[in-house]
Amino acid sequence: MAVQYGGRPAQGARWRLSWNDRNVRAIVYQALALLAVLAGVWYFIDNTLDNLARLGLASGFGFMDREAAFPIGESLIDYTPADTYARALLVGIVNTLYVSAIGILLATVAGTIIGIARLSQNWLIAKLASVYVELMRNTPLLLQLFFWYMIFLELLPGARQALQPIPDVFLSNRGMRFPVPVAAQGWTLLLAGAVLGLVATMVTANWARRRQEATGQQFPIAWTGLGLIVGLGALGWLVGGAPTALDRPVMRGFNFAGGVEVSPEFVALLLGLVTYTAAFIAEIVRGGILAISQGQTEAAYALGLRRGMVLRLVILPQALRVIIPPMTSQYLNLTKNSSLAVAIGFPDLVHLANTAINQTGQAIEGIAIIMAVYLTISLSISLFMNWYNRRVALVER
Amino acid sequence: MKTLNVLAVGAALAAVAAAPAQAGKTLDTIKQRGQLICGVSQATAGFSRPNNQGAWEGLDVDFCKAVAVAIFGDASKVRYVSTTSPQRFPALQSGEVDMLSRTTTATLTRDTVNGFNFAPVTFYDGQGFMVPKKLGVKSAKELNGATVCVSPGTTTELNLADYFRAQKMQFKPVVIEKVDEIRSAYFSGRCDVYTTDASGLASMRAVDAPVPDDHIILPEIISKEPLAPTVRHGDEEFADIVRWSVYATIEAEELGIGSTNLDQMLKSEDPGIKRFLGVTPGNGKALGIDEKFAYNIIKQVGNYGEIFERNVGKGTPLKLERGLNDLWTRGGLQYAQPFR
Repeated sequence: MAVQYGGRPAQGARWRLSWNDRNVRAIVYQALALLAVLAGVWYFIDNTLDNLARLGLASGFGFMDREAAFPIGESLIDYTPADTYARALLVGIVNTLYVSAIGILLATVAGTIIGIARLSQNWLIAKLASVYVELMRNTPLLLQLFFWYMIFLELLPGARQALQPIPDVFLSNRGMRFPVPVAAQGWTLLLAGAVLGLVATMVTANWARRRQEATGQQFPIAWTGLGLIVGLGALGWLVGGAPTALDRPVMRGFNFAGGVEVSPEFVALLLGLVTYTAAFIAEIVRGGILAISQGQTEAAYALGLRRGMVLRLVILPQALRVIIPPMTSQYLNLTKNSSLAVAIGFPDLVHLANTAINQTGQAIEGIAIIMAVYLTISLSISLFMNWYNRRVALVER
Repeated sequence: MKTLNVLAVGAALAAVAAAPAQAGKTLDTIKQRGQLICGVSQATAGFSRPNNQGAWEGLDVDFCKAVAVAIFGDASKVRYVSTTSPQRFPALQSGEVDMLSRTTTATLTRDTVNGFNFAPVTFYDGQGFMVPKKLGVKSAKELNGATVCVSPGTTTELNLADYFRAQKMQFKPVVIEKVDEIRSAYFSGRCDVYTTDASGLASMRAVDAPVPDDHIILPEIISKEPLAPTVRHGDEEFADIVRWSVYATIEAEELGIGSTNLDQMLKSEDPGIKRFLGVTPGNGKALGIDEKFAYNIIKQVGNYGEIFERNVGKGTPLKLERGLNDLWTRGGLQYAQPFR
């Protein structure tokens, strides 16, 4: 009898109901594994329900419609304690998204600059960047958050003795207060003008690229774009009556009124997340650039390109292919790390969900909501980054 | 790490999910373990706080001891687990601790949907406000626009919102879970006001404030906070022992029995005292514990008055009056149900 080692049985091989048959074994193993997983899941669900019933605990999401009754320090959407738990959790989701989005943006910019700085031929800049990266990467983020928060609380004066580095900008342990323009038609038109300018820039850039590809003639798109955006914006502002009124912060009672306040909790969290993640991003950027062979740089110089252009036109587009995938996990890390906000009192999703869990006693539902939200955010970031990765991936011609 | 609260809640959740179903066996578990696990606060002077030898002490701690004495006849058979406000309920629900004696306010929601039972109130409290003296604030009604430091997951947080809503005033909360962090936020001036139970304010002012006289506690008490030991639903036997251990300390004070005259009282002819101290048996058997449990509690922990004075009374930094916590016979609210 011919014995077959490895691989699939040859075409037409007869199925035998025997332990010696590779297919039969495979199916049995898989069935057993599936059974074990299902049994495990069943065990946990059954025990949970059993224990909940035994403890007489309420379950379900009915609590979401009840009045939350607890206050929230800062919120981008309207919220009062008279709102529902659902609304309170929404405040948390918005705050999480807000700090994550700004954090990702700033960390990318800062990380890229530091990463390039670490490759600089200037000894001092390169060493400073190295020290920064090693310091930030090798200390716990939670510690850094406490550090930034303590700087705000201990080093800055109280609200009544607030520092005033620039007129009307106040810095105290209550955070930073700065004036904002009073809403007026002119400001709306300025924004509209700037957006129009941006669109015009994009159209022009497209035309300039095609012309350059066809004729080789270059077009100063950066300056034109800047001119379009600023010019059209200014035009809108003038047409709208050139408003200049500012809503200035004024000390009233316990605290400043007017202007916009950025709380120390938010700034500490943002600073912590950005400085920490930027160190990792710097290393990714540096790795990406080093992955491009020296020959590329030399070839670019040989063509007579300047240093900035070599980086912008030759090195970075290729390096991006190496950089994007690990960058995605840094973005995910930053978003998930934002839950450390609990420690310094920024009302992010985890913070508010914890409070809701405590007031309602419904831990399972609360944790399920936290997990679902983080999963959704993380998967969205992953999907976007994967799409972007495919876009910048090497297209072989 | 306490700050990673989500981990704690998650772990508690996993414990709820994974612990095999077992109905009402807290007492058996405790006896088998040879130790009571009691959930206490992180550090509240006078209520539960480790002393400089690392031993827990305070009013809440003494009631943990009383229960341990009732079960084992030994006040040292307690393991103390320090919990933050949001951690305490998952810890109790999941069975990580057997009971809470942790300045926990008895409320309807906690008694029902949260699945807890409350023992008799060990401390009648109310929520107050503390402000730095230099703000010149004399009343809570002047706090419009203030920034308020508060711990999350507490009745305090809800009362605070209710009070400002009722007074049509605005405020800005700063909410941090870790008690050290929220206190240092207040002392550094991040907040104008710190709010918690009045006893907690007294404790914080006396022990934690760099200069106690720089801070004043405002006269308004905005809520009722009956603080009571807390157990899980579904184990009446254990709940009974906790309840009657608390009553034993109050009953002893009513009967005039203290740790100093305890052994003379054993010879008393008063049938009430004989029943209470187990000279005439019956009470212990009914609870399923030692007949002399009340005697042992008074011997090792003391009566309610002694517990109060030792931890939070006039001779301590907190300097609290008995007030509502005096016996009903002296105009307070402490009242034990009859031991018969």
